[in-house]
Amino acid sequence: MKNVKDRFWEKIGPYLLVAPAMTGIALFVIYPIIKLISMSFYKVNQLNPDKTKFVGFSNYQKMFKTAEFQKALVNTGYYALFMILIVLGCSLILAVWLGSKKSRVNSAAQASAFLPHIISMVSVGLIFQQMMDPDYGIFNALLGAMGLQKSQFLRSSDSAMNSVIFTSAWKSIGYYTLILIAALQSIPESIYEAADLDNAGSVRTFFKITLPMISPQIFFVLIVMTIGNFKVFETIRVMTSGGPNNATTSLVYYIYNKVFMDFDVGRAAAGGVILLIIVGIMTVLYFVSLSKKVHYQ
Amino acid sequence: MAAIEFKNVTKKFGNHVVIENINLKIKDGSFTVLVGPSGCGKTTLLRMIAGIGPQTSGQVLIDGNDVTEIAPGKRGVAMVFQNYAIYPTMNVRDNIEFGLKNNKIPKEERDILVKEASEKVGLEEYLDRKPSTLSGGQRQRVALARAMVKKPSVFLMDEPLSNLDAKLRVQMRVELIELHKKLQTTFVYVTHDQVEAMSMADTVILMNNGFIQQIAAPEEIYRNPANLFTARFIGSPAMNIVELNDGIRLGFRPERGILSDEADPKADFSVEGQVVTREMLGRETTYSVRDPQGRTYMVTGLDDPYKVDDKVYLNVSLKHIYFFGKDEQRIYEEDAQQYQACLEALRRGL
Ligand SMILES: Nc1ncnc2c1ncn2[C@@H]1O[C@H](COP(=O)(O)OP(=O)(O)O)[C@@H](O)[C@H]1O
Ligand SMILES: [Mg+2]
Repeated sequence: MKNVKDRFWEKIGPYLLVAPAMTGIALFVIYPIIKLISMSFYKVNQLNPDKTKFVGFSNYQKMFKTAEFQKALVNTGYYALFMILIVLGCSLILAVWLGSKKSRVNSAAQASAFLPHIISMVSVGLIFQQMMDPDYGIFNALLGAMGLQKSQFLRSSDSAMNSVIFTSAWKSIGYYTLILIAALQSIPESIYEAADLDNAGSVRTFFKITLPMISPQIFFVLIVMTIGNFKVFETIRVMTSGGPNNATTSLVYYIYNKVFMDFDVGRAAAGGVILLIIVGIMTVLYFVSLSKKVHYQ
Repeated sequence: MAAIEFKNVTKKFGNHVVIENINLKIKDGSFTVLVGPSGCGKTTLLRMIAGIGPQTSGQVLIDGNDVTEIAPGKRGVAMVFQNYAIYPTMNVRDNIEFGLKNNKIPKEERDILVKEASEKVGLEEYLDRKPSTLSGGQRQRVALARAMVKKPSVFLMDEPLSNLDAKLRVQMRVELIELHKKLQTTFVYVTHDQVEAMSMADTVILMNNGFIQQIAAPEEIYRNPANLFTARFIGSPAMNIVELNDGIRLGFRPERGILSDEADPKADFSVEGQVVTREMLGRETTYSVRDPQGRTYMVTGLDDPYKVDDKVYLNVSLKHIYFFGKDEQRIYEEDAQQYQACLEALRRGL
């Protein structure tokens, strides 16, 4: 027979043990989210909190009607989509190339591919901004030297977003390459040998063996990148400030603008909630659609 | 069906010579077991046949054709890897089917072949399972089916049973022997376990340090070891080796030693000693006996009359004694002059 004390511990013990962690999560995750959601229903007055008043969905209704927000939404989607495609594609190609053999050249290339990751985004943004200067930048000088058409880069609303994507991609490819190289190198050599004996060509081996084997890491990269890219801010703040003509305004940049330029915290909170919902939906979609195809050992 | 031949084959890893100038013939349709201690180059040899670790120099021939330039997938060989190397992302069916698909075999034919192979190894019910949900023995069968389904002319197996528990291992041994009977193709089987080699092979190739020590049928290699290494490696407990004069050594199998209470005047080799350990193994008993010089002999027998610390005499008759020369090679009776020297050394005693 168990005594009362034992039974008490059996019921309450686990809760006591997770209590510290749960307190932290409640304080730093759940509370801010609730606060954010509640703020999005108010017209917030930071100088005089007494004048803060409940406005229902008005923040959302008005926000969705502004061209600035619509632009931000489209831009963010465009940015995230192309970043994922370019970065995932390039880092996969680089990883297969650099990770296939362990030579000195390859390790040097790996190290240099990783270098951009340790430079701050602000520095990278500033340097690329200079290099992309239509009149004095090195990119146009190179394009000119090769006899190609020069570009306005960040100055034109046609090319600004692509220029930002180019910069961000350059910075993050190395990091993801390294993750994928590690994944590739964890595949046992004997599996490739078995495939050789099974007369599988290199293309088939890549798609039927290599790719499925690293699918958990690709899945991880996909989720991390999606979340990160939907939150793009620094590059845009440094390189274009959302311009020209809102061509590069992103969702987070929009939120930032609402708080620090227009001092409209309620509207910013509404933007934040939308961001939260988008990232949440994307993540759930990934898990539902990809988790069946992802192989975990 | 295919015979395999190695002609002056050398394999180096960097500067490290693993196999030097080996010449070897493996008969068509044989069950050949490559056996030797860990690191002696068995896997290396097997991989050269498969083409996944090609030789540094020399030729490997399959059915008389030099296969050096032929890709592994086109040599008509199949291999069961030591760790099985099953594709973890594919289910059992896809694992078995992969090679067939690569060889562009039509769907209907594939289905028949996969069904056949999976029935042969008892996996019909597991075709839709992922390898991670299978036991070690079942994975081993997947690897086997994957090799079988291609109907290879050469079957290569690298210690396929070493990851299985003892009971399953014995069972799979029997199944592999039966499989060989059914398929009638050339099997080249690698193991470090001499018991496995003896029980499965029709030809045993014993290797050490990259050199071939002896090639013979199991009975022959047991009864007629060509050198000291073979004598020591094959058989368990190992052959007793006693040093005589002039670097000559004699050996006898533990089951040929006869223990008695008194010295047997008819025995050609006889020592006095004391029982040090006694292991009762059910059917037979293994004694270790130590003589006054501190040498230890293993003796096995069906009778079990002695206890630890008993004083005994160990007797062996000449027809069960092997002699080995200074170069560790066997000295045969036919080699009259040297054999006489051995007998002389034996008579002079220990
Ligand atoms: N890829 C390799 N690189 C360097 N040395 C190797 C490699 N593979 C095997 N060897 C060496 O070759 C020798 C024989 O190895 P192996 O054929 O695997 O032995 P076995 O299968 O008989 O245990 C060992 O000394 C091992 O260290
Ligand atoms: Mg081996």
